[in-house]
Amino acid sequence: MWLRAALSRAQRAMDSRGMIEADAPLSLVLFSGTDDKLSAAAVLAVGAAAMGRPVNVFLQYYAVDAFRADRIRADHGVALEATISQAKEIAAYPGQHWSELLRQAKDLCDVKIHACALSMEMFHLEKTDLDPIVDDIEGVAAFMTDASGPITFI
Amino acid sequence: MTATEFALTKSIDARGMACPGPLLALIGAIRQGQVGDTFEVISSDAGSRSDIPAWTQKAKHELVDIVEETGYARFIVRKAR
Repeated sequence: MWLRAALSRAQRAMDSRGMIEADAPLSLVLFSGTDDKLSAAAVLAVGAAAMGRPVNVFLQYYAVDAFRADRIRADHGVALEATISQAKEIAAYPGQHWSELLRQAKDLCDVKIHACALSMEMFHLEKTDLDPIVDDIEGVAAFMTDASGPITFI
Repeated sequence: MTATEFALTKSIDARGMACPGPLLALIGAIRQGQVGDTFEVISSDAGSRSDIPAWTQKAKHELVDIVEETGYARFIVRKAR
C-alpha cells in the first residue's frame, strides 16, 4: 500500500518525459556555513522562486550559525577547496549577498527557511538568535513532510 | 529593429549586475507595471540570455525582442497579464 502511494507521488512529480514537474518544490539542505556555498544555494533558491517553484530550506550545523542575527553579514569564508586566487575572485565578484538573494526569493514565491531543531540545541541557540529571514525551528520529520521531491544537500 | 524603436515604459540598465540580478530587476519592474507596459533590461550577464526568455515564457509575458549589442544585450519585455 505504502509503495503504491509512494510511486503515485513520484509519478505525479514527473512529466511524460520523465522530468521533474516545472512547479515541483525545490528542497535544499544547507550544512555548510561558508559564503560561497550559501551564495550558490541562494542563487538556486531565487532561481526556483522566480520560476514559481516553492522552496524549502533546512539549515543544519554550520549553516545555522551563519544565519545568526548578529553575524549574518559577517565574513563566513569560503570552502576548503577554494584556492587563494579563487577566494580573491569570489570576494571581488559583484553579486548580491546570499541573505539578500534569499529575501528576494521569499518575496517572489513561497520560500520557507527552517532551522534544524537538533542543530539549534547543539549550539545552544534560540529562534531569537537567528535572523528574521529564518521562519521557524523544525524537526527533520516536519521538513520531510514539506520536501516532497528530491533533496539537494549543500 | 532597434530598442529605440519601442515605446518603452522603463529602461533598466543592469549592466555589471551578476546573475540573477538582471532577471530580478525585470521581475520587480513587471510586478509594479501595468498590463501592456514595455520594459527594457540592458544586461551584460551571460545568464540573462537564457534566464529572461525562460522566465518570460513561464510567467506568460511577451518577449518582444532581444537586441544584441557589443558586450551586452537589450531584452524587451511586454507585461501581458
